[in-house]
Amino acid sequence: MRISLFVPCFVDQLYPNVAWSVVRVLEGLGHEVVFPEGQSCCGQPPFNSGYWDEARSSARVTMKAFRDADVVVGPSGSCVTMIKVFYPDLFKGEDDELEARELAAKTHEFSSFLVNVLGVTDVGAKFDGKVTFHDGCHGLRELGIKSEPRALLANVQGLELVEMSEAETCCGFGGTFAVKYAPISTAMDEVKCASILSTGADTVVSNDSSCLMQIRGMLEKEKSTVRSLHLAEILASK
Amino acid sequence: MATQAADFQTLSRRYTADKPFRAFIQKALGGYYNKRDENKANFQDWQGARDLAAETKYEAVNNLDTYLLEFEEKIVARGAKVFWAPNADAARDYILKVAKENNVRSIIKSKTMTSEEIHLNDALEKEGFGVFESDLGEYIVQLRKEAPFHLVFPAMHLTRGQISDLFQKELGSPATDEPEELTMIAREVMRRKYCEADMGISGTNFAVAETGMISITENEGNARLTTSLPKIHVALLGIEKILPKLEDLSLFLPMLATAGAGQTMTCYNTMYAGPRQPGEPDGPEQMHVVLLDNRRTELLADAEQRDALGCIRCGACLNVCPIFKNVGGYSYGTTYGGPIGSVITPHLRGLKDWKHLSAASSLCGACTEACPVKIDLHHHLLQNRRNGAQSSPNPFEKISFGGFSLMMGRPTLYRFAAGLGRIFQPLQGLVNGTILDPLRAWTGSRKFPTLSSTSFHDQWKKERGGRR
Repeated sequence: MRISLFVPCFVDQLYPNVAWSVVRVLEGLGHEVVFPEGQSCCGQPPFNSGYWDEARSSARVTMKAFRDADVVVGPSGSCVTMIKVFYPDLFKGEDDELEARELAAKTHEFSSFLVNVLGVTDVGAKFDGKVTFHDGCHGLRELGIKSEPRALLANVQGLELVEMSEAETCCGFGGTFAVKYAPISTAMDEVKCASILSTGADTVVSNDSSCLMQIRGMLEKEKSTVRSLHLAEILASK
Repeated sequence: MATQAADFQTLSRRYTADKPFRAFIQKALGGYYNKRDENKANFQDWQGARDLAAETKYEAVNNLDTYLLEFEEKIVARGAKVFWAPNADAARDYILKVAKENNVRSIIKSKTMTSEEIHLNDALEKEGFGVFESDLGEYIVQLRKEAPFHLVFPAMHLTRGQISDLFQKELGSPATDEPEELTMIAREVMRRKYCEADMGISGTNFAVAETGMISITENEGNARLTTSLPKIHVALLGIEKILPKLEDLSLFLPMLATAGAGQTMTCYNTMYAGPRQPGEPDGPEQMHVVLLDNRRTELLADAEQRDALGCIRCGACLNVCPIFKNVGGYSYGTTYGGPIGSVITPHLRGLKDWKHLSAASSLCGACTEACPVKIDLHHHLLQNRRNGAQSSPNPFEKISFGGFSLMMGRPTLYRFAAGLGRIFQPLQGLVNGTILDPLRAWTGSRKFPTLSSTSFHDQWKKERGGRR
């Protein structure tokens, strides 16, 4: 299959290794990965803040970049939600509503794509460690992704998964919310990190780099030894 | 910044800084989660029940004009008086008028958030009426001169010790840590008040159009006494409390109990269909039903968010909301806190002054998942944000997102800007966490991520250049 890679802007700038991990996993399964270079940001920051005109101009760049793609895969429940769930709302009544809907239909979050589209739960990965999984809210509640990452982790050799009690509780990132309402965002992060630490896991894994940025930011500030990795990075480990 | 928005920032900062308080709230809700899940499991199909509840409320809300008139006709036929209050002033004035005309001296109330919405107690007290809350939690916060902390659990923020101290100070009772003893202390005071009161004011959980009855569900029996001992019963309700049929209660009563308090059913479920009827030995001589609009019809006119009128005030969305759990009920600064409050307050009290509540959310969607009537809560927060940005844009945000869309709309400009970021990032290290740090809102509590030395774009071009 020829897969077009959707790399969210902050993954592009901060975590290129996450994108490369997706490339390695998909290529390892025998698929062709292409990266349409015209992409920038899906438009979620202005959309979430209420500035829908501004969001549309950013979203149109994404739509143009993937116009010729057969299938689009991205390593972020949140940014994929923006395309899959919110583009149809954002473009309702606009001239390019149909194009938005077409992109929504062919775009998939990475773990969901592996399990539900490709039917793969074992990618032949090896990772020694005790990990706990954080469900990003958009992936969990907008896209209904819960079992997919766990099915993939269950087949990683050497990996032990321990569930935290607050797995489904928001980490407190929420985009601009994290700085507009920093004390609340921080309090939520504290709840999340305490739950991670109470599992005794050495690594926290998620299918969303934005949540991991929030979680890692606090773990590092508190000088915790717990690492944070994107699911793709685990699955690309050999 | 509007005062309300500034107050929210101040209060939420204060409450989130209080870690023992946050832990107390989280622990208090822990018991609720277990009981709620046990009772949800007793439903044959909880999701199916939610679908049915959502459809029933939507039908009711979409046909308010029919159902409210049907309700009025039926209950008036049994001697109740119905007053249509377009706003809070009208509702307060009517209740005051009834009290004055009947030479009322003492008023007892059972739990009604709608009376909080219209600030009824203040208005009654200002006119010299003694007003006494009979719900235990409400009584406690009334003694503390506070508003309810939570729609359903008004005093959940208080420890037994604090309640004991309060009773010692206000009622002269002995110190005790036993919930039963604390309840008995309050009960002794209340029993006297029920007998003295000549007006009882209640809320309403559901109003049944088909039979012209109101349904009140409670755990303490205080609403029954409030509505039946005094000679006048005033029931206050928002116009959205209507249900088409009596049989709808067979779904809504267990659903409200489960979602609201983790109970199979609340202990007392009573239907009120009018004042004392000829030949009946007891019950109030007069019953007044106050139907409150107070801008609910404006929400009704908003086709996108009309489903929010389906709210049964169970508080389930508050109980799962990570914002509520960390900032508590008082930070919201308005009657209805938590997600439902953040959705409807901008409609009920003005978008300009209350849109910050819709912004103060990570949009996690736990509320929508919990809502028994399936109100699309977190998406309504997005719509409020959009409406707020359109009607009163924040100039700083408008410019920032204008720049953002200009940059993201031109991928080459985006990559150029990211390159600039790489040049300036080391400078941030010099001021990290200090007052000069432009990223301080983040770096105060979290380490800021470092830009990768090269972007994925550049790496891909270098490694796979030419191949597309």
